[in-house]
Amino acid sequence: MSQRIAIVGATRGMGREVARRLAERGDHLALLGRDPEALEAAKADLAARGAADVSIVAFDLADAEGHGPALVQASRALGKLDAVVLTAGLFGTQEQLEADADLRARVLDVNFTKTILFCEHARTLLLEQGGGSLVVFSSVAGDTARKTVGLYGATKAGLSHYLGSLDRRYHSQGLHVLLVKPGFVRTGMTAGLKEPPFAGEPAAVSRDVVAAMSRRAAVVYTPRIWQLVMLVVMHLPRFVMRKVGF
Amino acid sequence: MASHDTVPGIHLHRAASLRGWGGLGVPGVERVGEDLRALTDGAVLTRGLGRSYGDASLPPPGVTEVVSTRMANRIRSFDPDTGLLVAEAGFSLRELADVFLPRGWFTPVSPGTWFVTLGGAVASDIHGKNHHVAGTFGQHVDHVVLRVASGEIVRASRTEHPDLFLATLGGMGLTGHLLEVAVRLERVPSPWIWREQLQVPNFDALLDGLEKSTDWPQTVAWIDTLSTGRNFGRGVLMRGRWAEPYEAPARLPREGFRPVVPVDMPPWALTDATVKLFNFAYYRKQVVPSVAGAVSPQSWFTPLDAVQHWYRAYGKPGFTQHQAVIPRAAGRDAVRRFCELLVHHGGTGFLCVIKDCGAEGDGLLSFPEPGMSVALDLPNRPGTPALVDVLNRFVLDVGGRIYLTKDTFTRREHFEAMEAARLPRFREVRAQWDPDLRLRSALSVRLFGDPA
Repeated sequence: MSQRIAIVGATRGMGREVARRLAERGDHLALLGRDPEALEAAKADLAARGAADVSIVAFDLADAEGHGPALVQASRALGKLDAVVLTAGLFGTQEQLEADADLRARVLDVNFTKTILFCEHARTLLLEQGGGSLVVFSSVAGDTARKTVGLYGATKAGLSHYLGSLDRRYHSQGLHVLLVKPGFVRTGMTAGLKEPPFAGEPAAVSRDVVAAMSRRAAVVYTPRIWQLVMLVVMHLPRFVMRKVGF
Repeated sequence: MASHDTVPGIHLHRAASLRGWGGLGVPGVERVGEDLRALTDGAVLTRGLGRSYGDASLPPPGVTEVVSTRMANRIRSFDPDTGLLVAEAGFSLRELADVFLPRGWFTPVSPGTWFVTLGGAVASDIHGKNHHVAGTFGQHVDHVVLRVASGEIVRASRTEHPDLFLATLGGMGLTGHLLEVAVRLERVPSPWIWREQLQVPNFDALLDGLEKSTDWPQTVAWIDTLSTGRNFGRGVLMRGRWAEPYEAPARLPREGFRPVVPVDMPPWALTDATVKLFNFAYYRKQVVPSVAGAVSPQSWFTPLDAVQHWYRAYGKPGFTQHQAVIPRAAGRDAVRRFCELLVHHGGTGFLCVIKDCGAEGDGLLSFPEPGMSVALDLPNRPGTPALVDVLNRFVLDVGGRIYLTKDTFTRREHFEAMEAARLPRFREVRAQWDPDLRLRSALSVRLFGDPA
């Protein structure tokens, strides 16, 4: 049966591909975002790919005041929400974030505080409706301390921790939390960065994520190989991690 | 073979970061992102999925960045009443098949790979097995949106800036950065192909077979290049059409396992003996002289897409292809002599493909014209540029032309002589829209004489 899903981040990158997979199975979608032109273009794309209908809701993750009203608006537009998908986030390399105090403050704030505040609204709304899925893109960067993703990784570590606890606390009440941990994926966000081995494509990521949503998994690494990569990395001794540029 | 300095004007290296499909390339990077309008601002060249064999998607010397349309793949609109699809230039035929085939629509023209973007399909004005009835891709394009050399964004069609539009069909991306393409899709009765495959014993039988099959919407023939004497030109004739629902499985065709050629094959793997074995196996793979049945469109249109990185079979030096059309006016004998020339000069590639072409399209530099198209993969070896010279001289003598999308080694004087009738008009339109020749590629420097 087709589902009613609100998505933050559907205009670009992995979020765009996830929205396409949902459109192809005929879901009803509400796109939450900032850029009206990009949202309209995404709406046209998703409609042509088979979405039952697509609504647009003006939304800015950085503006916490607007989180609750936007979710309520999406829920009204679709009748109810079966899932809320959050793929949006900010990124900066460790070097950029160390050099630019303003960018650093925004990344820490949006990726951690504002994302969690949004999830609190989504959690409340889904539980009020009797349950549903909360699908949030964290990152393998949050799995363990690494040289190259200290600040960005810290926001994702905090987010992963929070989502894990949501799962433990509300699973019995019908809240399905899916913690998505992408490895390096070729998107506009990572364009120009030095590519590690096992880089993935957004379309493949989206298939993994939608399959994980369907089987109500709690955690999904994508591309899958990154689960193994991180398992190895997490067990490397500190002196090694101080040396390697990973 | 690290470079090919044997041909003036090109310096292609295997250890390069930007490559053509044949494996040779130059140092450089792709400028990628989702916002094609922002990316193309000030850029010299845009590429799609890099399936052109030679240097068509490589930047001119001194330029190290090429815009990639890969992430600009949104559908703008689709009208189920008319079949008109408008999409960003990076939308690929692969995605088109995934999205539209289950709904009974397909690209009106499919080349031998679906890893081609709409932008690439226009820039190469691609053709397929249905050329004798459907013409080139460009015949089905309603309009394009381009960023021209001035930076301006222009919509062009057969009625809006028709000169620019027709120069863009087959214009190798030199008239502007393609941002959007509007193409009319074809209605198909089922997502399956009904195909017949016939062994043909010699060259005459093969050409007869193609000519007598023109009531089939799709035809192509494959020749065993190592057959000699009375067997010369033996091969397999394939003809197909969209299957009617009652002939086709009720399910959608699914993509099977895609084997990968994991590494470049060592040079000793590609010898005349292994090619001979491959050709023999290909000819003999069907035990009976003819087979018929429903097959998936993937296996019909794009058999090589099923093997990821298949070019690695050619090893580190890579490969190129020579594809030419021998005009009908030159006679059937010219086609035979051309194929004999291929064999005589040791051009023993894996696959030699013959296809009859129909009427010429209206693109100023579109490749096909009425006659026989002959395409042969050539491994890059020290003698390959010389072989291409020999083949080109023949093509020139019989009044034919080559397909730029496959080309790596053609000399400028050969190209200019082959296109003597059409090139002036193309140059005129290009000069009007890009007087300083800002938009260039490695190919345009090599063949059009653009400033390096």
